[in-house]
Amino acid sequence: MERVRAQAVLTAILFLIWLLLSLPVQFSEVIVGAVVALIIAAVPLPGPAVYREIIPLPRRLGAGLIYVVVFLWAVVKSNIDVAFRVLAPRLPINPGIVRVKTRLTSRVGRLLLANSITLTPGTISVEIDGDDLFVHWISTDARDVEEATGKIVRGFERYLEVCFG
Amino acid sequence: MGALLGSLLVLIGSVFLLLAGLGLIRMPDVYNRMQAGTKATTLGSILIFIGFAVLFPGQWARLAILVLFIFLTNPLSSHALARSAHHQGVPVLLPNTSTWDGAGRDDLADAKAEKRAGGSI
Repeated sequence: MERVRAQAVLTAILFLIWLLLSLPVQFSEVIVGAVVALIIAAVPLPGPAVYREIIPLPRRLGAGLIYVVVFLWAVVKSNIDVAFRVLAPRLPINPGIVRVKTRLTSRVGRLLLANSITLTPGTISVEIDGDDLFVHWISTDARDVEEATGKIVRGFERYLEVCFG
Repeated sequence: MGALLGSLLVLIGSVFLLLAGLGLIRMPDVYNRMQAGTKATTLGSILIFIGFAVLFPGQWARLAILVLFIFLTNPLSSHALARSAHHQGVPVLLPNTSTWDGAGRDDLADAKAEKRAGGSI
């Protein structure tokens, strides 16, 4: 059952990307895309096991949508922030690598969390080790792990936790 | 109107790309250069793509895929670069530069040293 669901999710993703690529779409293209997506999803590769973590329930999809909005807003803020730092004559940076903790257990969730951290205010994920993420921070502003976690991770984690677990 | 808006978006995107290049020169070490290189380029290229989508509405779907692709690959590459730099032993702060206050802190180096001492690597 889990395997079939993962294959269905993979088929849907592949089919969507195909539709976007071939827009404006013709009927024959839709058929070919659907068939090829089904065939690819049916091939037993080790990679698609990750798609088992994507469970299309309304509550999870809703959290995913909120996450996208939060994430895009953070991207805009971080870009402006870094742009100002580059332009400021005194180069106001206070760099360091801090340890933060994550509650996420799924691989997709952790991947998206690390990606989001890299794309948002002055932080880059450097390494992950168990529940610990090591993050390069351009303006280190935390006394301990909890404070850093609160400032860097929590905003995304809240929604990713619901979406992927 | 559409042409004006599109061109404006492309222009703002280019400014962000310019700032990213400037950041690469101004920042003092690898990791901080990575900061400028990842962030300003993400918004810069995405604004340019949105500008293109406004200028050429027929292509919006392909541009949307490109934006998605950048969101997935850009952080991955900078993470890989930062990680390998740290494995090579590049220090987080360069010595002999005094443009900032405050001592550097590197929890990852500490964690690695701890592991080595514990013999668990």
